Amino acid sequence: MKNQNDAEKVLKKIENLKFKGNDDIEKHDKKKILSKKTKFALTIILSAFVGALNGLFGGGGGMLVVPILTILCNLSEQKAHSSAILTILPLSITSGIVYLVRGDFVLSSGGWVSAGVILGGIIGTFVMKKLSNNTLAVIFYGVMIFAGISMLVTKL
Amino acid sequence: MKLLWYILAGIAGGIIGGMGMGGGTLLIPLLTLLLDIEQKHAQAINLIAFIPMAVVVSIINAKRKNLDYKSILKVVVPAIPMSVGLSFAVGKISSNVLSIIFAVFLTVLGIVMMISTLYKCTLAYMCKCKEEYSYND
Repeated sequence: MKNQNDAEKVLKKIENLKFKGNDDIEKHDKKKILSKKTKFALTIILSAFVGALNGLFGGGGGMLVVPILTILCNLSEQKAHSSAILTILPLSITSGIVYLVRGDFVLSSGGWVSAGVILGGIIGTFVMKKLSNNTLAVIFYGVMIFAGISMLVTKL
Repeated sequence: MKLLWYILAGIAGGIIGGMGMGGGTLLIPLLTLLLDIEQKHAQAINLIAFIPMAVVVSIINAKRKNLDYKSILKVVVPAIPMSVGLSFAVGKISSNVLSIIFAVFLTVLGIVMMISTLYKCTLAYMCKCKEEYSYND
């Protein structure tokens, strides 16, 4: 039993090393393309845009945070996806308060949806480790395009 | 019966959100198209529902040491005033106009993300082929 635990620890260490290695390579590659100053300016401008989306649509900003974090802040894909969630949290709190005060949050429907979201979120973090994200992402974007077009058709 | 659908829609949005892919882009159309919830109300649900989910998920991610706080701060600081400002602006737009803007945004973002993902996949695939080629040498 003890040996198994030790083996797991070693495996984890190797995994961490791999990730660090990837980070370094990515940093090295990306530094050449953009200077530090342009990266910083782009980060600020795009972040303001993310905030605008979050306020206007109540979501969808997280999707743009991931490329900001990977390309402009040199984070690995997995780290960027996790960090994006924490980035959106303060934005959702501030704009959520504005929506709440205006009376747009209806508890009878919203409460149940929220319960589902919490459950789904926990499932999502565990699935994130196992599934290859690219296949899922392509399917998801397909669904997004479909949803967007059908919304246009019904509302126009 | 409707309660079950509310919860199911939440779970679907939560899974995608927990993976850091933007659950709101799925949850909002689910709520407006299938469950007939007004656009503004759907947005409010998405914002509020995201908060406890993000707290739980971020605790898990912090334990895994998967967070980069410095970069997070860099994005959050310029984003907050914009998000508050536009949240107020939403109060002056009708739900119908808002949902049309949202639908356009959703379609465009979906197409852009789809193309960039496919591009990344082909790049990764080509790199792999190159490696195999050099190994054969």
